[in-house]
Amino acid sequence: MTASVPVLEMRGIVKSFPGVKALRGVDLELRSGEVLALVGENGAGKSTLMSILGGAHAPESGTLSLDGHFFNFQSPHEARRAGVAVIHQEFSLVPSLNAVENIFLGCESSRFGFLPRTAERAKAADLFRRLGVEIDLTVPVRQLTIARQQLVEIARALASEPRLLVMDEPTTALSTHEVERLFSIIHDLKKQGIGLIYISHRLNEIYSLADRVCVLRDGQNAGGGAIDKINRAQLISMMVGRALADEFPSRTTLPGEVRLKVERLRRGKVVCEVSFEVRRGEVLALTGLMGAGRTETARLLFGADPRDSGVVRLDGRELRLGSPREAIAEGIGLLTEDRKQQGLVLNHSVRENFGLPNLARLSRGGFIAKEKEGLELSVHASRLGIKTAGWEQRVGTLSGGNQQKVVLAKWLARDCEVLIFDEPTRGIDVGAKYEIYTLMNELVAAGKSIVMISSELPEVLGMADRIVVMREGRVTGEIPNARTATQEDVLRLAVA
Amino acid sequence: MKLNFFDFSGRHGMALVLLLLCLFFSGVTLTEQSPSGDAAARQVATSVRRQFPEKPQVLVVTSGQPGDLEFFDGLVRDLPATAKITRVDGEPSEARAALINRAKGGDKLDVIAATSVTAAWLVFGDLKTDFPGLGNPRLFAPKSYRWPNFLKPANLLNIANQIAVIAIVAIGMTLVIIAGGIDLSVGSLIALSAVLVARFIRDYAGGTGASGLGMLLAAIAAIVLCGGLGAFTGWMIIGFGVPPFIGTLALMLVGSGLAYLLASGQSIYQIPESFVWLGRGADLWGLPNAVVLMGVLYGLAHVLMSRMTLGRYLYAVGGNREAARLAGVPVRRVLLFAYVACALLAGLGGVIMASQLKSGSATYGSMYELYVIAAVVVGGTSLSGGEGRMFGTLTGALTIAVIQNGMNLTNVESYTQKVILGLVILGSVLLDRIRTQGGGNKVG
Repeated sequence: MTASVPVLEMRGIVKSFPGVKALRGVDLELRSGEVLALVGENGAGKSTLMSILGGAHAPESGTLSLDGHFFNFQSPHEARRAGVAVIHQEFSLVPSLNAVENIFLGCESSRFGFLPRTAERAKAADLFRRLGVEIDLTVPVRQLTIARQQLVEIARALASEPRLLVMDEPTTALSTHEVERLFSIIHDLKKQGIGLIYISHRLNEIYSLADRVCVLRDGQNAGGGAIDKINRAQLISMMVGRALADEFPSRTTLPGEVRLKVERLRRGKVVCEVSFEVRRGEVLALTGLMGAGRTETARLLFGADPRDSGVVRLDGRELRLGSPREAIAEGIGLLTEDRKQQGLVLNHSVRENFGLPNLARLSRGGFIAKEKEGLELSVHASRLGIKTAGWEQRVGTLSGGNQQKVVLAKWLARDCEVLIFDEPTRGIDVGAKYEIYTLMNELVAAGKSIVMISSELPEVLGMADRIVVMREGRVTGEIPNARTATQEDVLRLAVA
Repeated sequence: MKLNFFDFSGRHGMALVLLLLCLFFSGVTLTEQSPSGDAAARQVATSVRRQFPEKPQVLVVTSGQPGDLEFFDGLVRDLPATAKITRVDGEPSEARAALINRAKGGDKLDVIAATSVTAAWLVFGDLKTDFPGLGNPRLFAPKSYRWPNFLKPANLLNIANQIAVIAIVAIGMTLVIIAGGIDLSVGSLIALSAVLVARFIRDYAGGTGASGLGMLLAAIAAIVLCGGLGAFTGWMIIGFGVPPFIGTLALMLVGSGLAYLLASGQSIYQIPESFVWLGRGADLWGLPNAVVLMGVLYGLAHVLMSRMTLGRYLYAVGGNREAARLAGVPVRRVLLFAYVACALLAGLGGVIMASQLKSGSATYGSMYELYVIAAVVVGGTSLSGGEGRMFGTLTGALTIAVIQNGMNLTNVESYTQKVILGLVILGSVLLDRIRTQGGGNKVG
């Protein structure tokens, strides 16, 4: 399987940004027809290394060679021509264009300014045949599901006949079934001799997919090798630089009386007659496949969308929930799954983002008490270990883990009775995940209630007291004791 | 080093450009200045007193210029009470006749106080030989000096006064743009408000005999009506998702049409003289009242945006509306505030303009929306919302005013002025883009 021809060799790559040395001499080697898993905590330098490979950044020193030829990419376009294709975590499709237009965007072969539409369409159809899927080529891609949009991204990458393909966290938005199909596509690409670099935080995927693994830590190589020679514990300790006893911290507290009671919540066909309860000091996991209506349910609970019917009670009192503002006033907080679009104002500072839901408390007569704000921010930031260059730093320039901690900080300061965590650890490294789990335990120990929405079954089983499973907008079952449940128990309810 | 420059130009870039523009126009308008009027009188009186501390015999020679009366009055005031002062006003021949008369009468003369115009007359060329009978009078005239026309206090106040309306309306526009919207209706609202206040005064407050209270109420009514229209558009934009560009474009047409209808296509001028107090008066240290008002409003707006909850909410709504909503920000109320405040300030701008011109007409404020938006953008506020500073807008408005004023002083004709102004607006926004994108290589 593993041919010995190195497609890619990167040696001694160094790159720094203002104030940060992102890479301190990293080596990377990829052979044709192999899958190399690139892992490491957030901020370890994976993205920077890949953006150098993709031509978005130029390294300060170090060499990059493809098939033995040295390159010094000045732009993504050059890298693409040399046979490097990168699929970023955030898709780069134009939502209003269809699949064909997206695939050939930027490399149209026009004749006198006219596009060879028939030829393009035939080539696109060919690419999707090669991927073994059928996609509607005529509709704007925004009408496609996330999984299908990703297939368009892959087709677009393959259109330039790449020698190697980089995939950055490709499965975060996919359901189990879609992940399986993606894996079979990756296997096919391997057979076609394409080298793949696969970035993921999900260890299960790495073990089922990769041939070799390369671990980065603090901008340096921290180990690696053939995947079957490294076990999970070894891999994790390479990533975090210390042995992690357990992926999930243990919890000693027990749930108390019922606090939040959700009765027959409904919104169109997305959420149908959803009922459940959450107790004091309990972590309730709301799980299911993508599109099961979990996030939509959470948004109804938070007043972010109007509900058609249904009642929500907190401590027996009916809540109005006409807007997020009312929900927050009632003591409900929502950490959205999409930090960048919904959780943060990326252009604004850490301080401003932190203050946003707390200003009513942190102001007097309409004037913001900046000292109090700064003081509270310091307390929560040090509790969560937020790393910034200062409170005035723009949130958009922080790493994913630190961004999520800023979101957490602003809600912790709000002191909500019920906190809804929607995919709290998506795109976050192992170390930060553990910190977030610990924090959730502290919250329930303090008598708060947590609703955790998650697609990662190990996380659901490891963290929840109780599990409610949803499918197509309905609750299909409840698992009262999460400690003794298995992944199969959950999946059976999710797909049944 | 490069980073530092961009850092600096980001924070103070427009202020720096404004300063450079002022220096430039100061340089090119550097001219010989001859004091006149009161200033000239002070200067001459000081010199006279130094040389003739007691009982000087003074003849003041003026030539019927504006300011000559102030010159004479100033001398009478500033010279010692014991001085004997006479005045001759008119042509050189009359001055000569006066001197001859005086010499005949045997009156000695110590001082001839001339203005910068009369000092150059040939008749004073050789007093000793021409008029030996006068004793030995000395000629005193104000000294000329070199000073830029641009930097004359009168000109600087003129700039501030000219820009007051645009700058005040630009406060509201900054609020709206920071909150992620745009308001094209301000120019029409200026006209509508000017017509409204003029009509209210003419029809309900007693026309040219209107009382101060009547005029105040008329002004408030006009401003509040504009605010009401702003609230209506705001409601359309927030409640029904009408794009701000379209909603305010519609109001722009409606407002302009209403203004013409209400004014019957004419200028309404039946307004008491005292109404110009706001637009032309200058009560505080000689500062025009409109400029003082502008300063106060900018101060308040700055405090709002930097210290108050509402200000933070405006930034958040413009930066990421959904994230702000999910953080509990009352997005609708915040947006409505921005549109109402903008309309109220446009109404105020209309009242000031009516006061400056002592009439109300539907032609006022045309194209002002574009100048106002230009002031905001030149001041560094991002049209995509979420970013910007109040004093940036003031800098932007002043920059536009300084360019216009400077070109007027240097006799650039008005079409060329438009071309240059357009290029300056483009250049300043370009500077901002280059800074935020670190040289432009990250576009896309």
